[in-house]
Amino acid sequence: MNKTVTFRIWRGDAQAGEFVNYTTEITEGLVVLDVVHKIQATQANDLACRWNCKAGKCGSCSAEVNGIPKLMCMTRMDTLNTDKPITIEPMRAFPSIRDLVTDVSWNFRVKTKIKKFNPRPPDAADGTWRMMQEDVDRVQEFRKCIECFLCQDVCHVLRDHHKHEEFIGPRFLVYTAALEMHPLDTEDRLAELKQTQGIGFCNITKCCTKVCPEHITITDNAIIPLKERVVDEYYDPLGWLWKKIRPQG
Amino acid sequence: MATNYETHEYDVLVIGAGGAGLRAAIEASAAGVKVGLICKSLLGKAHTVMAEGGMAAAMGNVDDRDSWKVHFADTLRGGQYVNNWRMAELHAKEAPARVHELEKWGAVFDRTKEGKISQRNFGGHRYPRLAHVGDRTGLELIRTLQDHGIHQGITVHMEYTVVSLLKDAGRVIGAFGYDRERARFRVFKAKAVVVCTGGLGRAYAVTSNSWEGTGDGVSLAYHAGAELLDMEFIQFHPTGMIWPPSVKGILVTESVRGEGGVLRNKDGKRFMYDDIPDNYKSQTSTDPEEGWRYTQNDKNAKRPPELLTRDHVARCIMREVKAGRGSPHGGVFLDISWIKEKLPNAEEHIKKKLPSMYHQFKQLANLDITKEPMEIGPTTHYAMGGIRVNGDTQATNVPGLFAAGECAAGLHGANRLGGNSLSDLLVFGKRAGEYAAKFAKENSLVSPSDAEIEAAYREAVEPFERPAGSQNEGPYQVQYDLQNLMQENVGIVRLQNEMELALDGIGKLKARAAKVSVQGHREYNPGWHTAIDLKHLLTVSEAITIASLDRKESRGGHFREDFPNKDPEAQKYNSVISKSADGSMKLRREPIPAMREDLKQVVEEMK
Repeated sequence: MNKTVTFRIWRGDAQAGEFVNYTTEITEGLVVLDVVHKIQATQANDLACRWNCKAGKCGSCSAEVNGIPKLMCMTRMDTLNTDKPITIEPMRAFPSIRDLVTDVSWNFRVKTKIKKFNPRPPDAADGTWRMMQEDVDRVQEFRKCIECFLCQDVCHVLRDHHKHEEFIGPRFLVYTAALEMHPLDTEDRLAELKQTQGIGFCNITKCCTKVCPEHITITDNAIIPLKERVVDEYYDPLGWLWKKIRPQG
Repeated sequence: MATNYETHEYDVLVIGAGGAGLRAAIEASAAGVKVGLICKSLLGKAHTVMAEGGMAAAMGNVDDRDSWKVHFADTLRGGQYVNNWRMAELHAKEAPARVHELEKWGAVFDRTKEGKISQRNFGGHRYPRLAHVGDRTGLELIRTLQDHGIHQGITVHMEYTVVSLLKDAGRVIGAFGYDRERARFRVFKAKAVVVCTGGLGRAYAVTSNSWEGTGDGVSLAYHAGAELLDMEFIQFHPTGMIWPPSVKGILVTESVRGEGGVLRNKDGKRFMYDDIPDNYKSQTSTDPEEGWRYTQNDKNAKRPPELLTRDHVARCIMREVKAGRGSPHGGVFLDISWIKEKLPNAEEHIKKKLPSMYHQFKQLANLDITKEPMEIGPTTHYAMGGIRVNGDTQATNVPGLFAAGECAAGLHGANRLGGNSLSDLLVFGKRAGEYAAKFAKENSLVSPSDAEIEAAYREAVEPFERPAGSQNEGPYQVQYDLQNLMQENVGIVRLQNEMELALDGIGKLKARAAKVSVQGHREYNPGWHTAIDLKHLLTVSEAITIASLDRKESRGGHFREDFPNKDPEAQKYNSVISKSADGSMKLRREPIPAMREDLKQVVEEMK
């Protein structure tokens, strides 16, 4: 099953770059990241790529393989057509640093602007809380996120329309949903979602859900319920009336 | 000249941003001092994310017979009584509070029927003790600390490499390094430095550790004068993936066995029943039916032998393979799919309890673990040994230098129990942060000398100044050769002459490492980072080998074929390694301090 395959890898930095062809032999069971490492060790010692766990748990080795956002460590070579050259390029929604490494620092800045978790007082005298498993299942789904930022990479609001200053992207809508739906949390994040975090920009094309390596149903389970909460708060005329006339206190 | 560098000033500088580093940084900043945190990778990507099973804490939520005393005794039994007993005591007493604190910061653990934090069984723990989130507990821990920590005013330096620690008059006063993105050199001045750099598994060819696990902190501290403790004790986790070749070493969580998974050889035999050590006989079932009930939380059942300590399970697997009873790719079978005989909805149950294992095998090995057994074998997983610290304060013998987490030593003795690592990170990360902040408040900032900065700078840039060619090779081949040398000669089964061979080989590799050359420019250059990590890998490999040669017995993670039994005399000392004046590595045996009487009694009660 050994076979010689050509890889077109993007090499360059923020100023300029080009695809460079590397030809190498592949063996059974390899993933794309293995091939990148092999080329790095034998043909291009300075080929830059991020990786850590090599098991789909840390979300470091995000890239675009044949144009599709993927984790390189979880993309098996036998799922790709090796008769043609295989293209590997960095995530295109973020500025280039070098080769396959991009500047994802914007994501870390966005997160600091979201109000932190703020729990209700403990339920028991010993300072602990009680929560039922059924009540945390949904939040646990969101907390599976490994912050690979592939959802941010594929989102057209960021990738094509560059709304980084007005829209926080699917990753941070999931993050906000995890906080908003946390049974213990007492904070309210709806005003920011509407005003500064741009939830209205999402027009639910579900591209983010498709590329999520953790199979989080980002659009249906996180974004749409948040949109509904924002609508209920700000656009429901009956709700608006009720808030005006309800007994205070 | 290294005139071109930026300077950062902190009260406490934490090197390493896994669980221990983050917890230390949070604690130090909460004490009101200015904190800098250096990550080798992006924030939140550290190897802590790979921890799967859970964190051990005697909360007694599932079995109220549990207490700190049982946890303490379990930890010593697992570590075969060469642990730092003070650390084992603090760990067992403080772990529950550290877990509850995570919940306060937003962690969402799996729940019991009463709505409390659920706890699961794990090897060597008498009662269900591991707070967990499916099989991704490490991710939950690091994300919770990260999301809490970013609001604490900590300055985070992502993707930085530290080249050396800076000293003045015997005290650590900072660090020298560079940011990988732009390769700008940096001088960090700090009143106290906490090293939390994790493991050293990359010294071996087959490991569950990521590229980061190159023993940086252990090596940085050693070269700065810190003593290393018990470096011979390396944990080889019994269940790593072995097929296909590219995934060899990736961890398969012990929770698979905790949930009822069994080990079989190629004849279908559950070979773990063949060898149950005497000190675990009273706690281990000899009846498969009883073992199954244990995994389903029957309080009256004893554990199946698959849940014996990791050192023992790994050796039993090696025995089967050597005797020709292994699986096709040189391991044995781990089967969870068989529980369909017991549970009507087994497939869904497995996917719910072990989601990331299901995906890992489905995607990487094209194997459905709900239907077929996995092929597994031992993988280098954890260093029990590391930087010697004070059990209460995590201070090293060098003033101003603290250490916590895997790179520190003492808690786990000769063998770590699963689940005791995440709790270790929290308990001692917090303590390191607390005492580093205290030290910082009592001491002032000192500027490093130009000569010291210049020396660190020279060391860092040298690989670029050697011309590539027949004399000077790249760093990758040296790294591979070291990994293979250690794997073959200082691995799971050790022999005097093989380890002597390894020591000789390390000497030759040092000479080669001193000549490696790196191509390209400095910005984000992985070849360069590999060249710098080589020094650390060689340092820790030498320490492991020297300590393993000296301990002429078998205990925990250290198994010698030429001395296969435990020596009661060797239970009385720890191995301490330090750097002598001439730069060579020297070892001495140091008696273990006598245990406090009340703790001795606890050990007796729990026998």
